[in-house]
Amino acid sequence: MTETIAGEIDAPRTPADHARSLVKHAVLIAVSLLMIYPLLWMIVSSLRPTEVIFRAPGLWINELYLANYSEGWFALSQAFDWYLVNSLIVVSGAIIGNLISCSLAAYAFARLKFRLRGLWFAIMLMTIMIPIHVIVVPQYILFNAFDMVNTFLPLVLPKFVATDAFFVFLMVQFIRGIPRELDEAATIDGAGHLRIFGQVLIPLMIPALATTAIFTFIWTWSDFFTPLIYLTSPDMYTVPVALRSFLDATSGSNWGAMFAMSIVSLVPMFLAFLFGQKFLVKGIATTGGK
Amino acid sequence: MSAISELSKLRRTGPVTPEEKAARRKETSHDNKAGYLFLLPWLVGLFVFTLGPILASFYLSLTDYSLIQAPNFLGLDNYERMLTDDRLHQSLKVTLIYVGVGVPLQLALALGVAVLLNKGMRGLAFYRSVFYLPSMLGGSVAIALLWRQIFGTTGLVNQVLQLLGLDATTGYVSDPDYALWTLILLNVWTFGSPMVIFLAGLRQIPTMYYEAAALDGASRISQFMRITMPLLSPIIFFNLVLQIINAFQAFTQAFVVSNGTGGPSDSTLFYTLYLYEQGFTRFDMGYASAMAWLLLAIIATFTAVNFLLAKFWVFYDD
Repeated sequence: MTETIAGEIDAPRTPADHARSLVKHAVLIAVSLLMIYPLLWMIVSSLRPTEVIFRAPGLWINELYLANYSEGWFALSQAFDWYLVNSLIVVSGAIIGNLISCSLAAYAFARLKFRLRGLWFAIMLMTIMIPIHVIVVPQYILFNAFDMVNTFLPLVLPKFVATDAFFVFLMVQFIRGIPRELDEAATIDGAGHLRIFGQVLIPLMIPALATTAIFTFIWTWSDFFTPLIYLTSPDMYTVPVALRSFLDATSGSNWGAMFAMSIVSLVPMFLAFLFGQKFLVKGIATTGGK
Repeated sequence: MSAISELSKLRRTGPVTPEEKAARRKETSHDNKAGYLFLLPWLVGLFVFTLGPILASFYLSLTDYSLIQAPNFLGLDNYERMLTDDRLHQSLKVTLIYVGVGVPLQLALALGVAVLLNKGMRGLAFYRSVFYLPSMLGGSVAIALLWRQIFGTTGLVNQVLQLLGLDATTGYVSDPDYALWTLILLNVWTFGSPMVIFLAGLRQIPTMYYEAAALDGASRISQFMRITMPLLSPIIFFNLVLQIINAFQAFTQAFVVSNGTGGPSDSTLFYTLYLYEQGFTRFDMGYASAMAWLLLAIIATFTAVNFLLAKFWVFYDD
């Protein structure tokens, strides 16, 4: 914001500047509206009887129709809160796993000198780019052999061994920005690596850890492919898979209820977006997420 | 800054003298144990969940495996089968159109809007959030369901067109001529994340370049072509590589919109959808593995070509 003021003081604005800026804002507002119109329309539609959805492109509501929410909530074999809890279990596990395992690996890559570090680091970077499809079949066979299909373990266990290398990289970059003098001072005070990691770096890494937690939350919450493969019984479904099964359960006709539950499924993501925006933008800008 | 530039940096480290090597080794020795201890979880993950599966996947691609009986070694049969598999060809065509049209459109829009949102602009934070929101939600099932309705026979798009007096009754998602394009549009709609990366890159360009160019009387267009484009080219390259890799792996939207079939008439049969069908509904794990390897080869080729072409248009400051 201070930038704006400084810029305006430097360069007095001519009428032509004003006109140009007005046009620009008009274009941007038009694009913005086009961008979020479908989302607003979905919220509004979730509060309308299904018959009205089919003939109302506008955003005005005559009366709040909340029946979609109660109907959608109980449309599947379990009430919707069941799936929310399933998702919450998976997401919490994934966040805890990523925070622990990725920060440990990042500390090693950023601060410790060990044999073949450069090689392992290069391998780590390359694993970021491997499509999941190449490894999903053998992984499935592996989890199947250990009788873990239709449990949450295939969704959570890999996170505890830092398979999301993207976050390792993000944290390595972050640690590189923390002055080494801090570690050295702690070493002189007699601290070992575990204490330097836990007591010096972890507190300083809060922004990177928060970015990781928020991205993990959003990506795991909306992940569809992995739960689709591993969770076979409806009782184990996470929110996206449950939402998809709405199509079969209501043969794709009850749009009101479907939109209502879609909104419910998006609320946690939206909240994460709202509170994590600062971190999301920074994290995405420095490392380029999805 | 990014994983991609980091990778190219690794290659660039020059030869090391024997003295330096010895010094490095001496320094290295006492951290070895701690280093590997901290790295242990990642190493386990690498071998159990990444490298192991990659090797296994390659072996499986040479077999006939249905999960019930032991794999049966076939040699290159699965790869030969691909040559005559019409649905595989269709899925490749669909995916290539999706990548070839969707990614450039998405990046062009991302760049355009990022340039409009220049430094010190009023409401930047607001616009950035609004444009970023769809790309954060875009991969979710909820949005795919929304898309299914919007482009359905009685969907929002037709409602608006009818309001404008047009006789619009096409079900875009159920018409093989349009279905893929609605998914491309969904991808373009999520231009927010490359846009945020472009914005960060634009912030790195010193304003004095533009000031100097303005003094010389350069027009906005020539400023864009001669300053913005070259200085932003590493970021454009990064976004291009990343979005191509992502687009090849698109799955959720096509799965939900076509209810898992890739229909109508295979018009949205993304490669990943067909791979899922072979592996996890037919349990033809051998063929699915071979398909995964073809996908890896295609993505690797695209990425390598990108890196080779980068020499001609990506401009590094250092």
